[in-house]
Amino acid sequence: MSGQNQAGLVLGQETGAELGEPPRRPRRWGLGAGRWLLPAYCALALAFLLVPIVYTIAFSFNDSVRTNIAWRGFTLDNWLNVCDEPGVCEAFGNSLLIGVVATGIATVLGTMIALALARYRFRFRSGTNLLLFLPMATPEVVIGAGLAAQFLTAGVPKGIGTIIVAHAMFCLSFVVVTVKARVASLDPALEDAGRDLYGSPGQVFWRVTFPLLLPGILAAALLSFSLSFDDFIITYFNSGPVNTLPTYIYTAATRGIPAEANVLSSAVFLLAIAVVLIGQVGAQARRKRLGIATR
Amino acid sequence: MARGLFAESGADLQLVGIRKEFPGFTAVEQLDLTVPAGTFFALLGPSGCGKTTTLRLVAGLEEPTSGRILLGGRDVTDTKPHRRPVNTVFQSYALFPHMTVLENVAFGLRRRGIDDPLGKARSALRLVELDALADRKPAQLSGGQQQRVALARAVVNRPALLLLDEPLGALDLKLRRQMQLELKSIQSEVGLTFVHVTHDQEEAMTMADTVAVMNRGRIEQIGSPEEVYELPRTAFVANFLGQSNLFPAVVREAGDDAVGADVAGHRILVPRSRAQRTEGTITLGVRPEKLLLLTEEPTPIAGINVLGPGRVTDVSFSGVSTQYLVEVPGAGTVIVFAQNLVFGPVVEPGADVWLSWRVEHGFGLADAPRGSALQQAHEALVGGAET
Repeated sequence: MSGQNQAGLVLGQETGAELGEPPRRPRRWGLGAGRWLLPAYCALALAFLLVPIVYTIAFSFNDSVRTNIAWRGFTLDNWLNVCDEPGVCEAFGNSLLIGVVATGIATVLGTMIALALARYRFRFRSGTNLLLFLPMATPEVVIGAGLAAQFLTAGVPKGIGTIIVAHAMFCLSFVVVTVKARVASLDPALEDAGRDLYGSPGQVFWRVTFPLLLPGILAAALLSFSLSFDDFIITYFNSGPVNTLPTYIYTAATRGIPAEANVLSSAVFLLAIAVVLIGQVGAQARRKRLGIATR
Repeated sequence: MARGLFAESGADLQLVGIRKEFPGFTAVEQLDLTVPAGTFFALLGPSGCGKTTTLRLVAGLEEPTSGRILLGGRDVTDTKPHRRPVNTVFQSYALFPHMTVLENVAFGLRRRGIDDPLGKARSALRLVELDALADRKPAQLSGGQQQRVALARAVVNRPALLLLDEPLGALDLKLRRQMQLELKSIQSEVGLTFVHVTHDQEEAMTMADTVAVMNRGRIEQIGSPEEVYELPRTAFVANFLGQSNLFPAVVREAGDDAVGADVAGHRILVPRSRAQRTEGTITLGVRPEKLLLLTEEPTPIAGINVLGPGRVTDVSFSGVSTQYLVEVPGAGTVIVFAQNLVFGPVVEPGADVWLSWRVEHGFGLADAPRGSALQQAHEALVGGAET
């Protein structure tokens, strides 16, 4: 069979040649400028994006004294004794705690809202959509200042609690948008099938809907965490005496950022890359396994 | 609800005065229907006619605006879908993508807490010859295999009633034929009541014991496939189930046995028992394969209707038969299917011909075919938006 096909292919090529189709003229600029223009442009863009990160990582190994501006020599001390610098680890811990709790709140609420918005028609549905969009469209300064004023009027003391409320609020919108897209791509017939196959509403949700939404919910949670983790403006307005990593670095910058901040930033960066890589490798392996099974 | 029990046999289904309104339109106008236990019932109609809505009402996935649904004599109108002894094979199969084939089939059994769900699921997969692929995910199966998994997943529960929502629509012709036979054999093997929704009239006729033709939220005609095909009662049925030649006619005489009517100056007879109306204007119909093409004017014989002369405008050869289009002045274009008893077409376009058919093959309708090609195209659009 394949031999015949190949013969046919060769024959086809020959007849094409016999018909005297003009050979494709190589594009002029494709050989000239294009050959180096695109790679050069890419290299420049990548450098532009990566240089600050490389700088941060490199200077986490700097044997600095007080300021971390000039290169004074390589050391691992910063990495080994991160928590020696007062405030750095505490701020990092606060950021983690706030990120996790705010993400938890935003993900649970956001998933429920996304399901409601995507599945049901109800009064104020479009109004809810608009309200959810507002925090994304409003400048952070406005949200931050507005919230700070609210907390002041209500007499709520600022601290980790107020930061969590603020973060959960703006993360919620992003969770809803992300999960809603996933719900929209879910075939409603799947839930019908679950109900048809003797699944009670709760069973259908936990055994059919939730597992299928899980990738979207996880993506939303990751996005939410990273938004919370590096938020500065809204946090700054509502933090009171509490420091998160971004506010700590901001205040430290005025007197020279300690190398320990570089260490933590580098660690977060490397951790994020690791998460992405593990995800990629896992997906690759799954694809491979499925591919082999099909054959 | 007998939890954890299989239905002993199929149950009969009764729909009484069912009406279903959605915001903006009415999907089902008025539906009264009885499906006897253990039969294969086909609900046939164009897209948007309300047949899928009817199926969803029976499954419990929609609630009727009014009317009752009875299953084996028991009123299930207000019963939730997961408490009805009914299972559905969905149009899109709706296999759970995150579960293996085996877990998909075992889903219903597990939900009802039935013993040995995996063992029963495996034997159901054996029934559709897919037990070798039990550990795969649905995405790794072909369309036909997915369809069989969907079937196994429904049949394994031994429902009193199995609903099929155009499950063969996505398959190619050869596979569809094969699946039709398989479905039919499974139905007789397990003795379930099947309600099959389809827009494929050939599929409905080959598989079903009883066919109901549905249009615009109403049932136009119910009967055995032969009955509905040979004696359609409305113009819609005459044209939806196969093709028909329909002629507007005026009744001139109404005897005890036959009704005589005038079609473009020709006297055409139709048996009184096959005419829906015996006075005024009626629509006379005859199936294209019942027509005989004659190259010379025949001598009048009792019991034979003759129309002509007409001019052949188109001849298309399709292997077993040849389709001729004949333009008869005053009667419009007539379609003739002629079996290829000789090699090739017997006449060429442009030839003058006469058409004849036996009186008992004709039928008379009270209504006329609705609308032009343009209106039909519009209806198809509206129908597509509804489903």
